[in-house]
Amino acid sequence: MLRELWYSDRLRNGVFQAVLLGGLIWLLFWIGGNTVQNLAERGIRTGYEFLQRPARFPISETVLRYSPSDSFFWAYVVGLANTLWLSFLTILFATIGGLALALARLSGHPLLSRLAGIYVTVFRNVPLIVQLLFFYGVATSLFPPVRQALNPLPGLYLSLRGVYAPGLVMGPGSGTVIAVAVLLALVLLIVLRHWAAGQGRLRRWLWGFAIFLPALVLVWLLAGRPIALEAPQLHGLNFRGGLYLSPEFSAIIIGLTLYTTAFTGEIIRGGIEAVGKGQWEGGRALGVSERHIMFRIILPQALRVIVPPMTSQYLSTVKNTTLAVAVGYPELGLVVNTVINQTGQALESILIMLGVFLTISLSVSALMNYFNARIALVER
Amino acid sequence: MSICRKYAAIALSLAGLLGTAPAFAKTTLETVKERGRMICGASQGTPGFGAPDGNGYWRGLDIETCRAVAIAVLGDKDAVDFVPLSGQQRIPALQTGEIDMLPRTLTWTLQRDTNGINFTQPNYYEYTGFMMPKALGITKVEDMAGASVCVQTGSTTEVVVNDVSTQNDLDLKPVIFDNTSAARQAFFSGRCDALITDAGALASVRASMADKPDDYVIFPATPYIDALTPAVRQGDDQWMDIVRWSVQALIAAENFGITQANIDEMMKSEDPRIRRFLGTDPGNGKALGLTDDFAYRIVKALGNYGELFDRNVGKDSPLKLERGYNALYRNGGLMLPLAFQ
Repeated sequence: MLRELWYSDRLRNGVFQAVLLGGLIWLLFWIGGNTVQNLAERGIRTGYEFLQRPARFPISETVLRYSPSDSFFWAYVVGLANTLWLSFLTILFATIGGLALALARLSGHPLLSRLAGIYVTVFRNVPLIVQLLFFYGVATSLFPPVRQALNPLPGLYLSLRGVYAPGLVMGPGSGTVIAVAVLLALVLLIVLRHWAAGQGRLRRWLWGFAIFLPALVLVWLLAGRPIALEAPQLHGLNFRGGLYLSPEFSAIIIGLTLYTTAFTGEIIRGGIEAVGKGQWEGGRALGVSERHIMFRIILPQALRVIVPPMTSQYLSTVKNTTLAVAVGYPELGLVVNTVINQTGQALESILIMLGVFLTISLSVSALMNYFNARIALVER
Repeated sequence: MSICRKYAAIALSLAGLLGTAPAFAKTTLETVKERGRMICGASQGTPGFGAPDGNGYWRGLDIETCRAVAIAVLGDKDAVDFVPLSGQQRIPALQTGEIDMLPRTLTWTLQRDTNGINFTQPNYYEYTGFMMPKALGITKVEDMAGASVCVQTGSTTEVVVNDVSTQNDLDLKPVIFDNTSAARQAFFSGRCDALITDAGALASVRASMADKPDDYVIFPATPYIDALTPAVRQGDDQWMDIVRWSVQALIAAENFGITQANIDEMMKSEDPRIRRFLGTDPGNGKALGLTDDFAYRIVKALGNYGELFDRNVGKDSPLKLERGYNALYRNGGLMLPLAFQ
């Protein structure tokens, strides 16, 4: 009986796994216990109470509203929002750019495909941080100082402090105007589609605008001109008002996008080349145009090959955003650094950052896995 | 680049907390003596306060403060290793025992003091300042409305920018950098109107990085003075005393009129205070766990505080800083020698 148990694979495996799991749990407890003890012995504060205290430090640009009197917790949220915004834009641009790059490399045009090849070689082989610093250097030296800002169009100013453009200012009553405009547009769309169906497409659109625009202006005037275009004004040391694009954000978004595009381009090219030649030939034999073969036949099949490596590329893009600290864009990493310095609570802050990035990464990969399952070959 | 190294360093420091070490059998003094070398935190390059020279030899006021302790403990001003640390690495590095002492333009604040480190003896008093190009014609905070300010993280200055901005309703626009040199370069390229940090460090930056140092003006950001103070780990009182009294020895020597040149002369002094200070009358060194002539050896090797100041940041240096608050109390400064008895 005992002998039998000793040779039972299931039992043996079970015992080994139990021992391993027990060891792992013990190790975690040991590490945790030691940490707590060491922290206490060295008189280092622990805990997360500091999250409710006012942060007091500024964040240079934010997607969400932030002021230094907000709490440390909100500072983290604001940093996270910046990270997500940056990741989102980079992934969007790099995916579109990657497709263009892949098509360029695959095109029969020798100049185009060579140039695309050179692009990939250069951007893939220069470290990202070097590229970021390069683009930041360009962004802060390409244009003249703020007082001699270039003014190519009225209201548009280019200086080494960034790009200033006119922006919309929404006064009280803007909501009504926007709501009326949306409602009017919807009504017009439905009306014109039903009663003017006999007319040509172009004429219908022309009619639509001919009614819509004067009506919109009328509503705007009636509401007391609540929405206005505000041009940036040089006020003291800097421009004020209007829209503003900082050199920090420009540098990080350009740098990350160009770098990531080199990778996504190669992934997409690989995916396209993985689709059998027969598909092209079949399409041509049926008289389908080259463009339609690419977008209707080849790309949908290529997606199956593209999506898994693309997932990991998206993940590394999210992680690469932490390099934005080098060019002064305040993403989560920079906020965490500042908080560590202000509160001294390094362990807690790093744990928060770990948790956040783990969550983002797992979410991205779950989303992409779902997408992958959707486009996978269905075998019946 | 430094980003990766920085995260690695923070991670390593934290990892230090995870490992075993609770058997705190050895004091810092014993550890240093056994190792034969001291390890000090240093800046990432602020000439005058701490930076390697052309031959890689570390020089500066903070550096020499650390050498003073090395002389007291090990008898050799070169028995020190300097670890360059960024603003946010420096405190974890001290807390976790990676370095023995942190003399790195560190402002003595309540929050820091109550969080795992102890401050010893201020070795430099100063205000937080703004540096701006003279061409802008601004020389006081009230005129700075709308200015963009380059800030480096890892110091108290982020908070100062905010306080100054709200107090005076200035709407300052901070551009925050994670590393010191990026913030400085951004300032000199014209990205910001002003650079904020400790006035001494600003003078150092101006002397070492500006094409024409005279084109820039430095003025106080706040009416308050900060005490930059070497810090040690909390929980080792003997080591705290050693560092405090080693720094004090520099100040006391200046007060007694003892210099590197005349110290052997002063050994013959009849003044009982000087005799105890130099160890001719025994007792002081032993109480600290050192030899009785520790103060003698420090001044013999480095000179007194005034000499250190002049050589590194004062009249004999490119920074040309006034003694100001850092003069002896009897010359209107804040440097007060304590009683060596």
